[in-house]
Amino acid sequence: MSNYQVNEKGYYGDFGGAYIPEMMFPNIEELRLRYMEIINEDSFKKEFEQLLRDYVGRPSPLYLAKRFSEKYGANIFLKREDLNHTGAHKVNNTIGQILLAKRLGKKRIIAETGAGQHGVATATVCALMGIKCVVYMGEIDIQRQAPNVARMKMMGAEVRPASSGSKTLKDATNEAMRDWINNPVDTHYIIGSVVGPHPYPDMVARFQSVISAETRKQLLEKTGRETPDYAIACVGGGSNAIGMFYHFLDDEAVQLIAAEAAGKGVDSGHSAATSVLGQEGVLHGSRTILMQTTDGQVIEPYSISAGLDYPGIGPQHAFLHKIGRAKYVSITDDEAMQAGLLLTRMEGIIPAVESAHALAQLEKMSFKPSDNVVVCLSGRGDKDLDNYMKYFNF
Amino acid sequence: MNRIKQLFNNKAGKKMLSIYFTAGYPRIDSTIELAKTLETAGVDFLEIGFPYSDPVADGPVIQHSSEEALKNGMSLDLLFQQLKELRQHVQIPVLLMGYVNPMLQYGVERFCKSCAEVGVDGVIVPDLPMYEYEELYQDVFRKYNISNIFLITPQTSEARIRKIDELSTGFIYMVSSFATTGKNLTVSEQTTAYFERIKALNLHNPLVVGFGIADQASFDHALTYADAAIVGSAFVRLLDQEDYLEQIPSFVERIKGSVAV
Ligand SMILES: Cc1ncc(COP(=O)(O)O)c(C=O)c1O
Repeated sequence: MSNYQVNEKGYYGDFGGAYIPEMMFPNIEELRLRYMEIINEDSFKKEFEQLLRDYVGRPSPLYLAKRFSEKYGANIFLKREDLNHTGAHKVNNTIGQILLAKRLGKKRIIAETGAGQHGVATATVCALMGIKCVVYMGEIDIQRQAPNVARMKMMGAEVRPASSGSKTLKDATNEAMRDWINNPVDTHYIIGSVVGPHPYPDMVARFQSVISAETRKQLLEKTGRETPDYAIACVGGGSNAIGMFYHFLDDEAVQLIAAEAAGKGVDSGHSAATSVLGQEGVLHGSRTILMQTTDGQVIEPYSISAGLDYPGIGPQHAFLHKIGRAKYVSITDDEAMQAGLLLTRMEGIIPAVESAHALAQLEKMSFKPSDNVVVCLSGRGDKDLDNYMKYFNF
Repeated sequence: MNRIKQLFNNKAGKKMLSIYFTAGYPRIDSTIELAKTLETAGVDFLEIGFPYSDPVADGPVIQHSSEEALKNGMSLDLLFQQLKELRQHVQIPVLLMGYVNPMLQYGVERFCKSCAEVGVDGVIVPDLPMYEYEELYQDVFRKYNISNIFLITPQTSEARIRKIDELSTGFIYMVSSFATTGKNLTVSEQTTAYFERIKALNLHNPLVVGFGIADQASFDHALTYADAAIVGSAFVRLLDQEDYLEQIPSFVERIKGSVAV
């Protein structure tokens, strides 16, 4: 067992656990007792792999970005999660969880969403399986991400506005938890990142770990080595980053870099750089690092990218940060938008603004020509066109 | 002896009512005034909520009161300041209710110490898990003689209830049904069966029913099986009205019936 993975109590060092009201206990306990057994079943593995291949379009390519490589003086590889069905890595997790929910006999799915990518990925798998789907989304995000709201509705999902608190992702998560408390028997909650009470962070990490499992194989083919020198990914809750890091955690030579959203600057009061601005505490059922006041009230974060606009990080990230196994860096709105445009102009790929945060980190590093660098391109930028157009005045 | 134990020992067999309200709502300084008025009106013990920005176990009414209380500037620091004069005015048991994160930031030991200093008798923290309580915090709670109250629901297994009974030192909080706070309890075969099943377990600790108790019918139903019941959202809703202080006696009487005390 790796030192970086969850222990039998549900903790990563000091982080994790299941800080949930008793009303949620039976559902979380059922998951905890059954998730490993279910995802290790041959029939589960077979169905999961088949759907990832034939429906999602995996393996996603590992693309050696030629012009980017010349510019940065290293071999820059992009892990193309943007080419997945529905346009981001989120679907790896929703496929896994819908198969699990079916095996648990659940008849109704709930989810939270910020940018709408996870909501779309959830609505998609529910359509695929013919299961009723309710997605909670902050009132403000419903306005900011209209195309994704339309996609969810077209897929047959009901989109319920979260109108409490700050009306964004954290409030959508609260509403989903309240729904689960009120519907404890036949509902499964598909959490969209490596957050929430144990076993969610571990379960979602396992589903997303396909990213680094494929990357190892692809690197071996392309470079003769299974491991890169650097793996870089953006962090909202942290699911694409954990997916990218997962199979490299025990290869200590691989430098893991997680890009958080600094928003208008770490000290601007408009930021989502949790590892810099946060302290240890409990958010959405796990002990982690979160942005909060000295009184323990959660602070509303800010980022130009709705998917990184979350006041916490998953407990495994809190652990990797604390022990120094991964490095957490902050990327501003401006740096991310410029990096997004640069990739578009130099490689013909419009990245999601979230993923552009990971790309922006390349500007800040110096490489050896022999370095192999993998950047997780977690999603495509179609959903962000409005955002880009406004920012650049196109 | 802790006031909670004393209350249940002395009043065994009587109908007891507890009222929940959020500190700092409707006004930043309404806490002591509400506590006094409720005691005078015949309420047997109190739960004072310390507000949290993300109260996942609560329905809209208590969410709203928490949001307003935070806007008014309520915090744990301020609450403990205000409660310094609690025991000059109020004799009935008082519990604090809230979520784990504000308590962690305040410091669990400091929190228990502050409770003891101002005369708070117990705490209810729905998202503090049993395992963490037992491993990390039980000794501190005991050191300061603060009762930690656990919740049970219709789905809590008997084995878990027995374990909770062992760890509990005040009473057991029976959540009336599958719900966040503020959904009115409807008396059904299901709730009756649940209440009967729990009563038949003959637990060491008194049983107190909460969530959805809003009127005399649900109060009486709960009290057929339990030692006390807690009214939260229905009371917090009353606080919207200008003359809420004057209305408190009749509110309490409507729930308890005229047999009060
Ligand atoms: C494309 C993309 N990347 C990244 C994220 C952030 O989530 P996580 O940190 O869980 O990967 C999102 C969330 O919506 C997203 O849509």
